[in-house]
Amino acid sequence: MAFLELNDVRKVFALQTAVDNFNLHVEQGEFISFLGPSGCGKTTTLRMIAGFEHPTTGQIRLGNNDVTARPPNQRNMGMVFQSYALFPHMSVADNIAFGLTIARTPARETKKRVGEMLALIKLEALADRYPYQISGGQQQRVALARAIVIRPQVLLLDEPLSALDAKIRDSLRVEIRAIQRQLGITTIYVTHDQEEAFSLSDRIVVMNAGRIEQVGTPFEIYNFPRTAFAASFVGTLNVFPATVVDAAAGRIMVDNIALTTEAITTAGVGQQINVALRPEMISLNESERHDGDNQLTCVVENITFRGSIVRVQVRLGNQSLLVDEFNRPDLNVPQTGHQIVLSFPRNACLVLG
Amino acid sequence: MPFLIFAFAFLILPTLNIIIGSFQDATGAFTLENISQLSQPIVLSAYLTSIELSLVTAVAGGLFGFLIAYAIVLGGLPRWLQSAVITFSGVASNFAGVPLAFAFISTLGRLGLVSVLLKSVFGIDIYQAGFSLYNFLGLSLTYIYFQIPLMILIITPALEGLRSEWREAAENLGATPLVYWQRVALPILLPNLLATMVLLFGNAFGAYATAYALTGGTINLVTILIGNQITGDVLNNPGLGNSLSLGMIVIMALSIGGYTLLGQRTSRWIK
Amino acid sequence: MLKKRASGSAWSWLWFALGAAYFIIPLYATVDFSLRAKRGELSLLAYANVLKDPRFGETFLFSAEMSLLTIVTGIILIVPTAYWIHIRLPKLRPVMEFITLLPFVVPAVVLVFGLIRIYSHPPFMLVSSPALLVAAYLVLALPYLYRSVDTGLRSIDIRSLTEAAQSLGATWPTIIIRVILPNLRASILSGAFVTFAIVMGEFTMASLLVWPAFGPYMDLLSSSKIYEPSALAVISFALTWGTTAAIQLLSRRIPGQAPMAGLK
Repeated sequence: MAFLELNDVRKVFALQTAVDNFNLHVEQGEFISFLGPSGCGKTTTLRMIAGFEHPTTGQIRLGNNDVTARPPNQRNMGMVFQSYALFPHMSVADNIAFGLTIARTPARETKKRVGEMLALIKLEALADRYPYQISGGQQQRVALARAIVIRPQVLLLDEPLSALDAKIRDSLRVEIRAIQRQLGITTIYVTHDQEEAFSLSDRIVVMNAGRIEQVGTPFEIYNFPRTAFAASFVGTLNVFPATVVDAAAGRIMVDNIALTTEAITTAGVGQQINVALRPEMISLNESERHDGDNQLTCVVENITFRGSIVRVQVRLGNQSLLVDEFNRPDLNVPQTGHQIVLSFPRNACLVLG
Repeated sequence: MPFLIFAFAFLILPTLNIIIGSFQDATGAFTLENISQLSQPIVLSAYLTSIELSLVTAVAGGLFGFLIAYAIVLGGLPRWLQSAVITFSGVASNFAGVPLAFAFISTLGRLGLVSVLLKSVFGIDIYQAGFSLYNFLGLSLTYIYFQIPLMILIITPALEGLRSEWREAAENLGATPLVYWQRVALPILLPNLLATMVLLFGNAFGAYATAYALTGGTINLVTILIGNQITGDVLNNPGLGNSLSLGMIVIMALSIGGYTLLGQRTSRWIK
Repeated sequence: MLKKRASGSAWSWLWFALGAAYFIIPLYATVDFSLRAKRGELSLLAYANVLKDPRFGETFLFSAEMSLLTIVTGIILIVPTAYWIHIRLPKLRPVMEFITLLPFVVPAVVLVFGLIRIYSHPPFMLVSSPALLVAAYLVLALPYLYRSVDTGLRSIDIRSLTEAAQSLGATWPTIIIRVILPNLRASILSGAFVTFAIVMGEFTMASLLVWPAFGPYMDLLSSSKIYEPSALAVISFALTWGTTAAIQLLSRRIPGQAPMAGLK
């Protein structure tokens, strides 16, 4: 029995199905991200867990209790909103203390716990300030403290970083993860930013159009995406159509060029499939070539310098292919218009369903 | 700049003239005589009535207006109703003076629709029972007609500014709807509510036309007294006119100043 | 939860209904009253009487003229000023805020009192000139007219427009007349309608400065007639409704456009 369970949850709004066939079991202390484009139903799902929306059908269980019909103020979940949602008329300390005073926690205990929280988010000096007097990043840390001071069973974060500047976003992301580890709170994190999801989560739930595309660890999602959507949503991806020549041997044809993949189980000979290839799996370097790797001769079309990597765009038949090389001082940067040989191992080709 | 000359000649100069004139006698020498004349019983009672009338209509109109605004913004009424009410409020807050007086005479005057209906259907003669449209109570009812829509116009944006996340955050932290209102929504709205009521107070305090049209100048309000000073009906005493006006300006300045200060507070919160 | 929402909505309907009753009954009563000039039947007799009265037309025209004068003077005075403050003198903005707030602080009756004290003796004998009435009306309308123009200026990128026109060789009058005014048309019109509504219904200034305007005429009629004043009130509602509808059509910036102290 998992700590938090969503069983066959479905949510229908007036005209459309926002969430459908949603099944997820979350273990205690786990950090789960809902990752997907806007409108994929991730926020709706989070709001159903919080109790702000009611599932049309299905069940939500928390710690072995059915909480589907329980109002939000009795769920003991802490929520952090994208817009911080701090109470504007209360000081930082009063904001954090809000949930405790509602629970009629004794004043001394409240004071102590608010102090601990302020120390945790390193804002002791700003306890008496008002939300409009502190920065967005500080406000969001206060919102986080306000949500966890009540010792919630589940911490819910709804795109908490998307209103912040890139720099603050990165540092706060690290802080959120550290605090979550330290306190061991079961956490659901909604985001459309794959980098956030990858760096924070124990498991990621990739969502699209109201449905779960794939659930897995960041490693699984990135390396073994199970659907075309999951593959294309996380990371950059070359996707091209191919025809199966020999399914068992993994031989396929792409624009009259023969390639080898792992054994294909999802399609038979002569069928059209989609093959995905991560840019960083392709190598321009001879020394990285192994026996049995695919080798292709291509023409360099364009080169983009992107800091830690160099992105090379090459032409392969009718396809354009992206290749990422790590930027090293000794890198032999190819020239536009030149022919180069690139290679990739057969297991780098992902056959998509 | 022509505009500044205009503003000086027709707005600032008259105001200054009143302020200075309040401390001058007929020869132009400094005196406190005019100010001390404010303690005459008739003047004191005029101020008292004006303040009472403004206070009662500001509070009653403000509360009622707030409830209506709440109903149309947060009460789950259809969206079109909200814009209809706002549009109507825009008109009704303009609706004052002589036509408003007639509307109430047609409703609650001796031959008014409601008075007659109450008498013929329920057998209640409100005039026999001591009601009159032409005294304090009647005037209050009439003033409330333009106070409510003004409240609705000003408080609606504030209610719309109550972010749904605040309610959700509060509920999430264990607050019941009642606690949310006590601890979050009302404290956030309070400065705005007070500010608007202070504005309503000033709105009623400076009103002349409605009171004059309804009572024919018989009710003892400060504005009526000043009007009488101008038309020369009673106690034509320019010095007193000045100090009466000064008193009004002071009270109005306090009310507008209070409105502005309180308003700044919320706008600082909700940036 | 859902039940609570439903009951909340019932309360809302109740408050709304009470409010609606409070606002509609007097309007209905006025219309009803205005139709009862003939004993025992509904008729338009009161309206006919009003329209037959030559003073109706005279006072109505007088007020309309005054409002037109107020609007034209107001536009000439306010548009260049507001524009200039936007472009060159943003420091003067607090001063303008103060000036446009002042008409609320100084009630109409007090303002008239002050105006009479100053302009009833030499060197400025204006008290019997309609210019003083127009000036007084303009003070009443000032906050609305100025704010309307000011928001209009805020909503367009006035500086770029000016610089673009300048770089094309336009002179200041050309810029104001050919570039700024057309862009401000909606906000000026909406300010003009508010001014019109204020002046047409104004009683205090006109009556205390003794002018035969529409407001005092309505009051005068009430002391001599019974049903006609209600007919006049209905006509006045219609006028207010018409202008407000026009304003609403022109701009959706409703809050803050409600005339206050001046009218009452």
